[in-house]
Amino acid sequence: MTAKGCARLRVRRGSEGEEAARYDEFAVPFEEGESILDALLWIRSHRDPTLAVPYSCINANACKACAIAIDGRVQYACTTRLLDGRVFTLEPLPGKTQLRDLFALTRPSRQKAP
Amino acid sequence: MRHFDADILIIGAGGAGMYAALGAVKGGAERVLLVDKSMIGRGGATVMAQMTVAAALAEECPDSWESHLEDTIAAGRGLCEEELSALLCREAPQRIRELDGWRIGWARRADGRIAQVSAPGHSRPRCCYVDFLATGTALAQTLRRRIVRESAITKIDTFTVTDLLVDEGECVGAAGFDFAACEPATIAAKAVVLATGGLSRIFRRNSASANLGGEGYALALQAGALLRDMEFVQFFPIGHLAPRLVGVDPILWDPFRYKLGGKLLNGKGEEFLDCYGSDEEPGYTTPRDLLTYAITKEVAAGRGSPKGGVYLSFAHVGKERIDKAFGPVVERLRTGGVDLEKGPVEVAPIAHYHMGGVRVGARLESSLPGLFAAGEAAGGANGANRLSGNAIPEALVFGENAGRFAAEYARGRQNLSSPQGAREAVDRLRQAAAGRKGEKPALALLEELRDVMWNAVGPFRNESALEDATQRIGALRRALPLAAIAPVKGFNPMLADWFELKGSLVAAEAVARAATLRRESRGAHQREDFPASDPALEKTLLVEMDRDGRVRARFCR
Repeated sequence: MTAKGCARLRVRRGSEGEEAARYDEFAVPFEEGESILDALLWIRSHRDPTLAVPYSCINANACKACAIAIDGRVQYACTTRLLDGRVFTLEPLPGKTQLRDLFALTRPSRQKAP
Repeated sequence: MRHFDADILIIGAGGAGMYAALGAVKGGAERVLLVDKSMIGRGGATVMAQMTVAAALAEECPDSWESHLEDTIAAGRGLCEEELSALLCREAPQRIRELDGWRIGWARRADGRIAQVSAPGHSRPRCCYVDFLATGTALAQTLRRRIVRESAITKIDTFTVTDLLVDEGECVGAAGFDFAACEPATIAAKAVVLATGGLSRIFRRNSASANLGGEGYALALQAGALLRDMEFVQFFPIGHLAPRLVGVDPILWDPFRYKLGGKLLNGKGEEFLDCYGSDEEPGYTTPRDLLTYAITKEVAAGRGSPKGGVYLSFAHVGKERIDKAFGPVVERLRTGGVDLEKGPVEVAPIAHYHMGGVRVGARLESSLPGLFAAGEAAGGANGANRLSGNAIPEALVFGENAGRFAAEYARGRQNLSSPQGAREAVDRLRQAAAGRKGEKPALALLEELRDVMWNAVGPFRNESALEDATQRIGALRRALPLAAIAPVKGFNPMLADWFELKGSLVAAEAVARAATLRRESRGAHQREDFPASDPALEKTLLVEMDRDGRVRARFCR
């Protein structure tokens, strides 16, 4: 049987321009081996569908979209595993403008119109 | 509101879309707009491609595109559109060599030729690759490097197309929204290429990335174009199920089985393939449909593994052989908690690829003038079952052709300043973006849809379950306008979910209706109530949408 656990995720919320940093905390049950991205998608399905999470390939670490700050260190949400009883603080990429929740401004141009 | 003018609009920026952009430039288009719901060249199925790319390069041994075609048609069980299959096989070598010139880094033999390996269903070693597990990422990177060099190509990422615009029977652009702003935008284009990939994400168990919800098929249907072969979803028999692996695509086990002869065992640890008529030899000889059948039946009989699959074991192989064959990858797996010589993994069939899609002719044009389709979005080249290694050449060859023919079609045409339907589409977008109260979020309905599709429209189907599924999809379509959307300005995932659900429901209904009408088993479409193929049904099923939004299937010819 797969081992189960529970982790707590403190997630930076809010949009560009908000003054005080705001964090929401979620208790997330998981099975051994699951990732931070699994937990974020679980939160979207079970707790808060408004949570904005950057990701694309989901599991293969091929798209590199899910780079965020996990406890202050830049890591991929899809390859960082959850740990039982741990609290993880999740923020958008440091040193960049927070756009909303875990989205940061990563492409300066965001592609201009023709 | 933002508005863009383009010669060619390409929707979807995976392998097919990026190649279509290059093809459009080659064809003389000066303003090519490449949009993707996710990222440019990093979303879709291309980046997930593990290894095999089939092309008759004749580097490993004598080969011809005609032989590749013969194998493709045999796999397609009588339903390949032969001129499309021929296009794929004939031009695949050109695209592979072009990519070689762009330094994709195809794996080489000791003598410097491109290495080509065997894959199930191919009569000779024909599949090239860059790296085990990483061919798709190398391909996507190579194409990204090419498109940034073309000043005619403008890229817009995180842009969701919600409607194709049709004016006087021609496709003249699209409407949609940018995820960052969540505000509507319109695009006028002289021709549009759909390169939106497949629909594997509408099934509970899948190997899809975030943007393979079948929305492209829905766009085409809603604009009045015909789809074909929608009942043929390819299920990959031994998708990874457990223990949880991260950073690896669930499709990884084929080469392992192929090279090392991994054993499939049921929940009691017994081999079972021979009970289903397979005389599997050492290696990998059981066809995908039989394998899927055997695994599904073992699980249904209560002899599955804890997670509802079967075991794949390499314990008999020995550490030395495992390490020798897959050294660096085996190390990565060990770090991830999977130790192949110690214990088995659990595997089960998962939705992987869609054979069906937009009906196109040899110029990749759909039944709607001005609308072209390429890659997994286009149907026909693979008939009822796709040959291993054909998905990437399909994306490259069809993309290149669709871009070029779209450019040719666009020549001499004008952009329409206010096409029919644009205002309605924008109004609908504005209303949705403003938010609405509702019982459930669209995400909850999407999860329901994935369960319905997996349970009733999955690897094995029967009439009553299919009819029930169609009813439930209908109920979900009726619930769609009532689904909640939070009034969030910008980066609103509930808005994205809502439009994904809208498209996925139409695609799901197309699959369910086609699967109901095909009362036989053929290729990837397996009916428990009609286990044999019926020669009278060796014909294509078309799907269309009527004015009231009803999805209908019918046989052609």
